[in-house]
Amino acid sequence: MKISIQINEGPYQHQASDTAYQFAKAAIAKGHEIFRVFFYHDGVDNASRFTIPPQDDRNVVNNWASLDIKNAEGEPELVVCVAAALRRGMLDEGEAGKNGIDGNNIHPAFRISGLGQLIEAGIQSDRLVVFGD
Amino acid sequence: MLHTVNKSSFERNSLKSCLNAIDDTSVILLIEDGVISAANNENSSMLAGLATEGRVFALQEDVDARGISSKVADNIKLVDYAGFVDLVEEYGTTVSWV
Repeated sequence: MKISIQINEGPYQHQASDTAYQFAKAAIAKGHEIFRVFFYHDGVDNASRFTIPPQDDRNVVNNWASLDIKNAEGEPELVVCVAAALRRGMLDEGEAGKNGIDGNNIHPAFRISGLGQLIEAGIQSDRLVVFGD
Repeated sequence: MLHTVNKSSFERNSLKSCLNAIDDTSVILLIEDGVISAANNENSSMLAGLATEGRVFALQEDVDARGISSKVADNIKLVDYAGFVDLVEEYGTTVSWV
């Protein structure tokens, strides 16, 4: 079964991202396909490659990256909402360049795209499960 | 449908809203702080009827994390994350009450 996930909250502040990660891992272990994970609102903070949690804590960003969710073309299907990301200072190389900012912080296992990707995930997947606060 | 509730009924009205909307064939899965509603307490009557019909589930890991394993009300079924996935598969559309 194709399952997509929407996450509306950032890491370490709320349990949503942890629950969603455990859910995604269990779904993959059962042989389901995670079609896309869409990070929306504060959820975009899950994509920062600059996070450094204490060594004895879980690394939420790396946990997501380790699931290695990609499409047939090899693009990441951990998708970050562009409008939510730019508002919060989450930039990839392209957005940094376009906006004249000298740095970028999106982890390479994620990509920035638009809200249409959430709608498409809802259409293409058998299930869409939302995790938020 | 599968309805997930992730807030305690002492904190927000999401469980109440869910109960107002739920139809006769849907089930509820309590996750995160929502599992507080699985424990025997003054709000337990909210879920008693549905639980008797076998339509209330709670996420085992979140129950354990909150130390209420011994207080879970009768007829509430505990599931792990794999069981969560099975509920999503079995009950079609998932509604997240947040």
